[in-house]
Amino acid sequence: MSSVIKPYGDATNDGKVQLSFTLPVEWSEAADEAARQLVAKMGFTDVQVVDGRRIATGFSFFVVYASTTQSIDFSTIKAPSAKTHAMSMEEIDSFVHEKIGRRVRIAGACIGTDAHTVGIDAILNMKGYKGDYGLERYHGFETFNLGSQVAVEDFVRFAREHAVDALLASQVVTQKGSDVKNFTALAELLEAEGLRDRVVLICGGPRVTNLMASELGYDAGFGRGTVPSEVAAFVATTLADRLAKAR
Amino acid sequence: MELRLDSGIVNQCRELAAAIVDPVGDFIAAHSTVAVERSVLRLLGVDGVGEDEIPVPNLILDRLSGEERAGGVALAFGRGVAETGLSPRDLGAAIAAGTHSLSDFSATPEQAARAALAPHVEAAFAHLRRRRAEREERLFRLPQQPAPLLYVIVASGNIYEDRTAAVAAVEAGAQIIAVIRSTGQSLLDFVPYGPTTEGFGGTYATQANFKIMREALDEVSERLGRYVMLTNYASGLCMPEIATMAAIERLDMLLNDSMYGILFRDINMKRTFIDQHFSRMLNAYSGIIINTGEDNYLTTADAVEQAPAVLASQFINEEFAHRAGMPDGQIGLGDAYEINPDLRDGFLYQVAQAQLARQIFPDAPLKYMPPTKHMTGDIFKGHLIDALFNLTSVMTGQTIHLCGMLTEAIHTPFLGDRVLAIENAQYIMNTARHFGDEISIKPGGIIERRAQAVLSDCELLLKRVADMGLMNAIEAAAFADVSRPPDGGRGFDGVFERSERYWNPFEDALRQAQGAGV
Repeated sequence: MSSVIKPYGDATNDGKVQLSFTLPVEWSEAADEAARQLVAKMGFTDVQVVDGRRIATGFSFFVVYASTTQSIDFSTIKAPSAKTHAMSMEEIDSFVHEKIGRRVRIAGACIGTDAHTVGIDAILNMKGYKGDYGLERYHGFETFNLGSQVAVEDFVRFAREHAVDALLASQVVTQKGSDVKNFTALAELLEAEGLRDRVVLICGGPRVTNLMASELGYDAGFGRGTVPSEVAAFVATTLADRLAKAR
Repeated sequence: MELRLDSGIVNQCRELAAAIVDPVGDFIAAHSTVAVERSVLRLLGVDGVGEDEIPVPNLILDRLSGEERAGGVALAFGRGVAETGLSPRDLGAAIAAGTHSLSDFSATPEQAARAALAPHVEAAFAHLRRRRAEREERLFRLPQQPAPLLYVIVASGNIYEDRTAAVAAVEAGAQIIAVIRSTGQSLLDFVPYGPTTEGFGGTYATQANFKIMREALDEVSERLGRYVMLTNYASGLCMPEIATMAAIERLDMLLNDSMYGILFRDINMKRTFIDQHFSRMLNAYSGIIINTGEDNYLTTADAVEQAPAVLASQFINEEFAHRAGMPDGQIGLGDAYEINPDLRDGFLYQVAQAQLARQIFPDAPLKYMPPTKHMTGDIFKGHLIDALFNLTSVMTGQTIHLCGMLTEAIHTPFLGDRVLAIENAQYIMNTARHFGDEISIKPGGIIERRAQAVLSDCELLLKRVADMGLMNAIEAAAFADVSRPPDGGRGFDGVFERSERYWNPFEDALRQAQGAGV
C-alpha cells in the first residue's frame, strides 16, 4: 500500500477538508463568493461554501468544504515521541531504585507570567490525571511544585540550590509566542549557568510537541493528553542512561 | 423543580460562616493596607504617573513615614491640601514632582486636614452616586434580556481590538463584556496608567481602558436598545484601587473573591481580607455586582470532591459581603460546570450543584462558569459539553452565564468563536426556556441525594474551619488543598496596624451610609 496519503472524506484520496473562518465584510452573496474564491486560492478544489452568514456589523462567518490536491508521503515524516517507554508507577519506582539508587529530584513550574497551573498540577499533584497518579505519589521521586508565575531566574536558582535532576516547565498561555520566549529563556539561562547538562529538561503544555521541544534544546516535550507516568518514565530512563554513560 | 433540603443545616451553615468571619472582622477593623490608602487618594482625585511611570498614589504612599501611614494617608494628605490650597490632583502632582512633601505639613492641626478634605470627599461620593443613577436610568430605559445574562470575554491585549470584539459579541447577543487582564497583573502592586495596546493573555486594567470600553458599550447599548454591562477584576494586590476606578467609570460587575488571591495567587491572607472588605464597601455603594471565584476550586482539583468546598466558600463569601454592606442582589456567587465528562451521571451532579446554590441563595445573581478543565482541542465535543452547560444554567435559573467557548484550551477566542458560543446558548436557552419549571426532581433520587450530601459535607467543612479559625484553616490547607501561612505570600509588607488617630473619611462615610460595621 502506498505511503502517500490524502485526507479521507468518504472515499480514498478524495482529499476532503472542512474549514471555517470569519471575513471582515457584511454578508452578501458576494461575501460567499469571496469566501469560495479565497479557499480556491489556498489551492483547494471543489470548494463548497455550505454556510455563510452575517455575525456582526462588518463580519461574516463561513463553513466551507473543499478538496485538497496536496498529499503527503507518510514514510518521510519524523516526529519522535518522548512517550516510548510505557511503564506503570510501580515499574518506574523499582526502575529508579535499581538503576539510579536514590530518589530523583524533580521541580516543576509555570514559568513567566503564566498563571495556569492546570498542566503542571495534573503531572505533579498526588491525584494525577485520567486515573494516572501524579509524580508526588512515586516513592522514587522527590517533587517540588513551585506553582504559577515563576520567574525563569528563580526556577534556575531553585534548581541549583536543590540539586534538582529534572525540570518541568509548563506554559498554557501561548499568546504572541510568549510560551516559546519563556521556554527559550529558561534553556538559555541554564546553558549560561552551566547547568544544562546536569538536568533533564522538559517542557509541557497543550500546544507543546516533542519536535518543538527538541528544536528549543529540551530533552522532551509533552503535549495535550499526557499522563504523569509518561513523563515519569522519560525522566527515569533518560537519567539512568546518562548515569550509565557517565560511569 | 425543587430539591428537598434541610433548612436547619442551611441555617447552621450561615451561623458557622458568621462565626468564621467574626474574628477576621476584628482584625480588618484594626488594620489597613497600602492599596486601601491609594484608593483613598484616587477617590480624592489623585491620578497620573510620575518618574518611571510610577502612579502618583504609589509615589505618595512610598514617601510616607511609618507613623504617617499608620494614621491613614487622608490625614497627612489633608494637611497638605489645607496648607497649600491646591486641589488633591494638583497636590499629588506637586508631591510627585518633588515640589512639595507631606512631611512639611506635620504641624497642621488634624481638624484643618479633615475640613480641607470634606468637600473633596463629598464630591467623590456625589460622582459615584451619579454613576450609579446613570446605570439605573439606562437599565430602566434599555432593559436587559432575561437571565441567564450571556457574558463573554475579550482578551486581545489591545483595548482597541477588544472594543471591536466586544461590539461584535454584543450584536450577536452578549449582555455582559469582561475584559480579561494581562496575566500577572494581579501581582503588580500598582495599577498601570493610560490606554494600553499590549498585554499577554489579556489587556491591562487601567482607568483609561475602562473608559474606552464603557463608551463603546454605551454606544452599542443605545443602538440596540438594551444595556450592556462591563466587567473587570477587583482581585490581586490592587483590589480596592480597581474597585475605585470601576466605580468612577461605571463598570457594572467586578470579579471579587474573599479568598481567591490567597489560595491561587499566593497573596497574603491579611492583605486580601482587608482589601476585599474596603473593595466591597465601595462596590456596595456603587451598585456594582461582585462575581466570586468558586470555579477555581473545581479547575484545580476534582469537581465532584470539591463540591462541598464550593458551597462552603459561597457561604463565606456571602458573609464577608454582607459585612461590607452588600445586599444579596449584588453578591454573584460562583460555581462552574467542571465535572469530568466521562463520569456516568455527571450531568445529574452538575444539575444538583447548580440547583443547590439556586435554592440556598435565592436572591443572589449566581455566576455560572463554563467547562474549561476538560476542554481539549476537540472543538466538536467541546461545543457539545457547552450545550449541556447551557441547559443546566437555564434549567436551574442561573443569573450570570459565562458562555463556554468551543476553542477553550486552544486560544483566546476568535471573533467567530464568541458568536458560535452565544448562538449555542441562545438556542438552548430558548428551546428549553421553561424546562426547569415543568419538571420535578425525583424525591430521593440521584440528584436530590447528591445535593443533600454536598450540603452536609459543607456543614462539616465549615465546622472544621470555624473550630480552627479561618486563617489557621487556610494554613492547614482546608481549601483547595493549598496551604498559605498568615504572614506569608505577596503583599504582606503593605499591611499595617492603624494608629489611634487613623482616619479614612470614605470608610467612615460608607459605614454610616450602609450601617456596615466590620
